[in-house]
Amino acid sequence: MNETTGGVDEGDPGLVKKFMFVNRKAPYGTIYALEGLEVVLISAAFDQDVSMVFMDDGVYQLVKGQHTKAIGMKNFSPTYRALEGYDIEKLYVEQKSMEARGLTEADLLVPVETLSSADMAGLMRSQDVVIDF
Amino acid sequence: MLHIVNKSPFESTTLESCLRIATNGQGDVLLLIEDGVYAVTKNSVAGNMLHEAMKDVKVCVLWPDAEARGIQDRVLEGVKMVDYAGFVDLVAESDNVQSWL
Repeated sequence: MNETTGGVDEGDPGLVKKFMFVNRKAPYGTIYALEGLEVVLISAAFDQDVSMVFMDDGVYQLVKGQHTKAIGMKNFSPTYRALEGYDIEKLYVEQKSMEARGLTEADLLVPVETLSSADMAGLMRSQDVVIDF
Repeated sequence: MLHIVNKSPFESTTLESCLRIATNGQGDVLLLIEDGVYAVTKNSVAGNMLHEAMKDVKVCVLWPDAEARGIQDRVLEGVKMVDYAGFVDLVAESDNVQSWL
């Protein structure tokens, strides 16, 4: 990480790094998904190049029709639809994870790009920072 | 790219998911630490999966963690043992790192 960030002009485009957030957990059983989303929103405030990946049970975060009233937890799924407003538009799902769970893009709350495992690997490799949630 | 896995392959599918991504002929490196080290056990389901993956991925195991768990005499051939300094070298040599949760 660049340790001089604090002293540099915020408008300097040279400081934009490619951040990938990899979400691999279902939304309500653990706090990972919600906390991950919070971190992504924070990163948006720093004008970084952000990608979000959903694989394994992480794809369940994006499923339409979540109603959490009866479990007494906040339904944070509408937040994914707001990401566009924060210039976070690169959302990717892994095809194998979707297929294994019987899901298609039509089942999801937001437009995503579906990638093969190989394409996902290439995308991951091109990042400066990869953070798992 | 360096991938780090710290979960037992018998408890979680993290290793499987990691390998699905890492085995794409890009010369990725996998480092197994903590309970992840159980995957290097010879003649185990996980060991067999790892053996297959080793065509594409260089596999390393953090030796203090392997030794602590008593698996040091049953390690799959071809797995590289690293100590803490080796761990640091792997991170330093990699363009980027993913710690799979």
